[in-house]
Amino acid sequence: MKYTSQMVAKPYFIFALILLAGEILFGLLMGIQYIWGDFLFPLIPFNVLRMVHTNLLIVLLLFGFMGATYYLVPEETESELWSPKLAIITFWIFVVAGVLTILGYLFVPYATLTELTFNNLLPTMGREFLEQPLPTKVGIVLVVLSYLLNVSMTVLKGRKTVITTVLLTGLLGLAVFFLFAFYVPDNLIMDKFFWWFTVHLWVEATWELILGAILAFVLIKVTGVDREHIDKWLYLIIAMTMVSGILGTGHHFFYMGAPEYWLWIGSISSAVEPMPFLLMILFAFTMSRDRKIKHDNEMALTWAKGTAVMGFLGAGVWGFFHTLAPVNMYTHGTQLTAAHGHLSFYGAYIMIIFTVISYAMPILRGRPHGNSAKAQKVELASFWMMNSGMLGLTLALSAAGLVQIFDQRVGTNLIGFMESQESINGIYMVRAGFGLLVFAGLLTYFYSFFVKEEAQQA
Amino acid sequence: MSKTIKENYPVGDFAIWIIIYVELVTFGLLFLGYAFSRRSNIEMFNHSQLMLETTSGFINTLLLVTSSYFVVKAVTTIQNMTDNRREEFNKKASKWLLLAMLFGAGFLVNKIFEFSYIFGEGINLSTNKFFMFYLLLTGFHFMHVLLGSVILFNIFQKTRVYGYTLEDHKGIISGAAYWHMVDFLWIILFPLVYIIR
Ligand code: HEM
Ligand code: HEM
Ligand SMILES: [Fe+2]
Repeated sequence: MKYTSQMVAKPYFIFALILLAGEILFGLLMGIQYIWGDFLFPLIPFNVLRMVHTNLLIVLLLFGFMGATYYLVPEETESELWSPKLAIITFWIFVVAGVLTILGYLFVPYATLTELTFNNLLPTMGREFLEQPLPTKVGIVLVVLSYLLNVSMTVLKGRKTVITTVLLTGLLGLAVFFLFAFYVPDNLIMDKFFWWFTVHLWVEATWELILGAILAFVLIKVTGVDREHIDKWLYLIIAMTMVSGILGTGHHFFYMGAPEYWLWIGSISSAVEPMPFLLMILFAFTMSRDRKIKHDNEMALTWAKGTAVMGFLGAGVWGFFHTLAPVNMYTHGTQLTAAHGHLSFYGAYIMIIFTVISYAMPILRGRPHGNSAKAQKVELASFWMMNSGMLGLTLALSAAGLVQIFDQRVGTNLIGFMESQESINGIYMVRAGFGLLVFAGLLTYFYSFFVKEEAQQA
Repeated sequence: MSKTIKENYPVGDFAIWIIIYVELVTFGLLFLGYAFSRRSNIEMFNHSQLMLETTSGFINTLLLVTSSYFVVKAVTTIQNMTDNRREEFNKKASKWLLLAMLFGAGFLVNKIFEFSYIFGEGINLSTNKFFMFYLLLTGFHFMHVLLGSVILFNIFQKTRVYGYTLEDHKGIISGAAYWHMVDFLWIILFPLVYIIR
């Protein structure tokens, strides 16, 4: 660690991991409810579990991005963070707001929650991923603004690199597109447009910039490759992301009352979206091949390569499956969508958080050469458990989606929703099994933090 | 020895070829979409096509092709430079690039007139399939000419400070490749959308 203010990243990382454990736990509970519908009845209904699961996901990613930023920005700008104190204050405000919101979801009926939190003044609640009560949404805006201020001031006074420019652009986009969460038009079609302006333009445009920047940072650190080589890749990835991702929003406007030209704009633009993810694989593996140093923290490079591969599979491949309008007509909103949602969020965003934590956390804990070989072995085991767990879960959901499509949407001999779901029950058990593997992998990962350092290390 | 051969192929930057490849595939899909939609609506396509100004399209073709030619001249100028006269050759190349940009600008201005006429007739993306494709294709292409002009301008700036040498002129080659692609796309687009009936 070169700058003491990088230390503020630590609580962000730790809290992100705690939330991740919660997220996966709630996923598992839902996985069980899918098999036994009255599991946890009448304590926690499915819709509440789902809301907690997806909201924890979003919030943990925000914590992760913030931690990553606070760690890498001082090193990139070669100057201390503008205000470490503000970063810590923001951390606690965000923690309190996040915990209160989750408790609100769990212990107050959602309808009551809307009444308690002034939703009648400015209705914003009830949309997937953006269910947060108004005060929480305002809180998120304030937290993100203070974070942007802190990062911008640091960048302004220090060295400017391509990585910080890309990162800052991504963060700015994250903030700007969140503002659409405050606008809920009455017209259902317009409502969908604005919902996707936040959700799609986050994961398929601005967050990809953040992803690219963090990936490039870790790769520079663990491979020692010259910055100039990395910069060119980063520009290319970013340019493709923006052009394809922005127009690609159209892949959500199929057959929902929007004009027909979206079929063409959406299909063709989003068909290009896998390219930047493919480039990330080339990027990571080229850097790793041309590396100048052999960093003792081998797991960081493993996670970085894993992010590129799993991100490409989840977003690029599984996304492409259903992104052409004629295919989407059959697959829309089935378990195939959930399959893609899981592998993409995990492969691209959860894994980049693992990557940066795996690189930065040992340093923050006073181990500049990474964890001991033994700890890294445990971490490698957790890497494979979580990856195969998520891949298995995704494959199971894809199978479920296909059955669903043929049961309900292809041909004339169709059956009802519940009947079809019953025929998928076996697959849902497989899904729950793989989910358990993911959770076990996460616990193994946690355990790797506590593996004792060997006395002798070269 | 073998190193120089390796560096000469492909010419320009590897990245620009990835971009060009993706662009060609994207436009290719739109061209195919146009062709297939046309097959099932030939009457309507032919009828709508009558509203397009073929002469202006033809002038634009000439403008772009000529502009591309000027870019070729700029590149060969740089490639033929002799070591001791770098400034002179860069200066000469910058003149060719200026001409290329002027012709590119001519294309853009002419196209703006065409668009304002079309929009003035109350036509939009939802008018019919023909005009949807017409607007998507020419609109995307317009933005590419715009981006290409920005790229040419950057190269132009570099020739003004005598930035290209015999050994290192990847930049101008990459930019030229992009500009030729923009030109090439128009050469397919023009007959497909304006002429074939
Ligand atoms: C890391 C990047 C990505 C993430 C995190 C992500 C996540 C998601 C999620 C969660 C959904 C479901 C939304 C809902 O609840 O309806 C979704 C839908 C969709 N995604 Fe992605 N995605 C990513 C990249 C991509 C890419 C690159 C493509 C295309 C190549 C794509 C194509 C689609 C399509 C077509 C849908 C709509 C599915 C439907 O109609 O049901 N996604 N995505
Ligand atoms: C880090 C890992 C995980 C991530 C990133 C993740 C992400 C997501 C996302 C984005 C959605 C919304 C999908 C959509 O709208 O289509 C979702 C829903 C869901 N997740 Fe997860 N999840 C994870 C782990 C798990 C696990 C381990 C399980 C269970 C075994 C699980 C079970 C579910 C279920 C049952 C839903 C609801 C699907 C529905 O509405 O039918 N998740 N998750
Ligand atoms: Fe999307």
